[in-house]
Amino acid sequence: MIYDHIIVKYGELSLKGKNKHHFVNQLRDTIRRKLKPYEGVTVKKAFDRMVIELHGADHELIVEKLQEIFGIQGLTLAVKCDLELENIQKTALEALKQAGPAVKTFKVSTKRNYKQYPHDSQELNHLIGGYVLKNSEDITVDVHHPDVEIKVEIKPEATYISCIDYPGAGGLPIGSSGKVMLMLSGGIDSPVAGYLTMKRGIRVEMVHFHSPPFTSDRARQKVEDLTQVLTKYGGAIKMHVVPFTDVQKAIKKQIPDNYSMTIMRRYMLRITEKLAAQNDALAIATGESLGQVASQTLPSMNTINEVTNLPIIRPLITMDKIEIMEISRKIGTYDISIRPYEDCCTVFLPSAPKTKPRREKANRFEQYMEIDTLVEEAVNNTETVHFKEETETRDNAFEDLF
Amino acid sequence: MIYFDNSATTKPYPKAMKTYMTVAENYFANPSSIHRLGGEVEKLISTARKQIADLIRVNPAEIVFTSGGTEANNLAIKGIALRHQTRGKHLITTEIEHASCYESFRQLQQLGFDVTFLPVDRKGCVSVQDLQNEIRNDTILVSVMHVNNELGTVQPIQGIGKLLNEHPKIFFHVDHVQGIGKVPIQYEQSGIDLCSFSSHKFHGPKGVGFLYVRSGVTLSPLLHGGSQEFKHRAGTENIPGIIAMAKALRLTIEKSKYEMDNLVQLKDYIRKQLSEIEGVFLNTPEDYSAPHIINFSVPGIKPEVLIHALEERGVFVSTKSACSSKSTDVSRVLEATGYELERASSAIRVSLSFENTRNEGERFIQILLEVIDNLKKVMRE
Repeated sequence: MIYDHIIVKYGELSLKGKNKHHFVNQLRDTIRRKLKPYEGVTVKKAFDRMVIELHGADHELIVEKLQEIFGIQGLTLAVKCDLELENIQKTALEALKQAGPAVKTFKVSTKRNYKQYPHDSQELNHLIGGYVLKNSEDITVDVHHPDVEIKVEIKPEATYISCIDYPGAGGLPIGSSGKVMLMLSGGIDSPVAGYLTMKRGIRVEMVHFHSPPFTSDRARQKVEDLTQVLTKYGGAIKMHVVPFTDVQKAIKKQIPDNYSMTIMRRYMLRITEKLAAQNDALAIATGESLGQVASQTLPSMNTINEVTNLPIIRPLITMDKIEIMEISRKIGTYDISIRPYEDCCTVFLPSAPKTKPRREKANRFEQYMEIDTLVEEAVNNTETVHFKEETETRDNAFEDLF
Repeated sequence: MIYFDNSATTKPYPKAMKTYMTVAENYFANPSSIHRLGGEVEKLISTARKQIADLIRVNPAEIVFTSGGTEANNLAIKGIALRHQTRGKHLITTEIEHASCYESFRQLQQLGFDVTFLPVDRKGCVSVQDLQNEIRNDTILVSVMHVNNELGTVQPIQGIGKLLNEHPKIFFHVDHVQGIGKVPIQYEQSGIDLCSFSSHKFHGPKGVGFLYVRSGVTLSPLLHGGSQEFKHRAGTENIPGIIAMAKALRLTIEKSKYEMDNLVQLKDYIRKQLSEIEGVFLNTPEDYSAPHIINFSVPGIKPEVLIHALEERGVFVSTKSACSSKSTDVSRVLEATGYELERASSAIRVSLSFENTRNEGERFIQILLEVIDNLKKVMRE
């Protein structure tokens, strides 16, 4: 493989003003952490971009890793060569060949910062393009809509040639926008909500409600696996496992069936709000999507939301299920989410949950409950698990087997 | 003992066998059971799936475990043909496929499919141009092996993939059973939709293998029942086999990184020595061939006789593919290359692994020389 470096383009980041360096440094740290396992690969800041020097590392692997990082708009694979025309021609040809079998048309665009170079840009476009044409089959020039644009930059010290661009993940660098608590159920939606929240540079901490023995270890494992996948995008993540059995039993005992789901969600919010305060998070994120289930109607959300005044981030609120599933496949959580285990929302699911609950009624039903005690006990007994981003997820107990 | 029959099967790694034993004893629950023990086993399988996917650089959801290479090939070929027959009933393959592919196509012919068997040249290589000429509007599948199991010839997979790129309706299956660990392949870049693997060809246990099914490709299952393996293959998984296979694949891929040079040198050495023996003809082409297979003919000596004579001296080689070597007819593969009957019916295959040494190569040549000499004397009498 001839490519020796990758150019990282910022996109939205470059529009930032005075605090831009803060974002850029955050991004550089993330990139360094991600690429740490790859020996010899270095990361350098340049004006308005970053340059990853590969030093022989597999560029496909590195691109794959970089595509997991928020704050990167695009990636360009490039190769450095000297200023000899013949070498420039050969390198351009090789770079085009490696751009893939589907390439049918190309064009050359040369930029010449080094004005003393004997040929001007126009001439160079011709000289390089002509050489490529002569030495390849079935490929023609198309200056308007080429499959591949071979970009050649002539600088005093060297020539830089690139022709493969990859999209980045977009968004803002992780850690640049503070922290929120994500209510993670194990379904398809909430991991996607987590991904999209992180995309805006927010760190998330997971809150998961666990109701043993009604929900099994495998249901919890599912949520742990989901969190592990999300560390690819968000770095280290804390997960808070809330013992929820007592709350659910109390609801079952004291609340009319059709309001139990509404009240249960109000408890979840109260507990999450407490955990947010303990962990310096300023908002709560959920995977709610309008109209999907009974708890996600406007009257439901209105009634449930009453118990907290923390902002609630709902990245999926206007999305269709199909769109959500698409993202979930893309980010690698879908196959985990569809594992068929009961979670705390399904075990006590009433046969006909109220789709239009009212705040007054909810309050009336709740007045006989010991809300503060139940919430406090749940919070106090919450277990916190730390997940680190791993290059390979492998269970320690199994390590010898693999 | 000198074991030079690695294309028939490889000796399992002791480490893989240890894994097999531990898993069979300790993780016996059914992974589909919902209790904790089942959960542990399910986790084992998903770890193995991820490890295998990482090693060949695809997604875990694209790995379907099977009972071996034969099942993987059958599932790919019949699975595509049966599922997509409404689109067309024309299939293309080559004359030199392994029996598990070849016979699948023969069966599909009986079911009313139209199959084109592409010829090969002297080197045992199929031509992209020939393939292009055979493509029709109703073609739904092209199936080509990567490394031929008898000759070691490497087929132009990337070129075929490039051609098929222009025919998005045609599925592309590659039988990679002989190539894995020895001749790398880029699945996505080569436009491969399905790719078969067998554990016992890379020092794993027998009775297990897997099929890569590119995400989005739909198949008819061969085995119906439960919803295991993304509904592509019903039946309780062969857990110890799968986990041991994942380990064997990791060890093989690791070895291939630093043992490849030795293997290539050993092959070159044996080739060179064989080419200097009078009455020995090399059938494996010098270029476009895998680093572990050398096929040669000794006309005038029946291969079976030669194999037994070598065996007496502790050297194990074979004739053609083990799967068809019990039938006495000439090699279908060598016949396809156009060699005359005498050469095609006197072929011997030496197949190496990363475990073989230069020393074994030298001893083999010496023993072979003596054996040929003896046999020729006997035959003259």
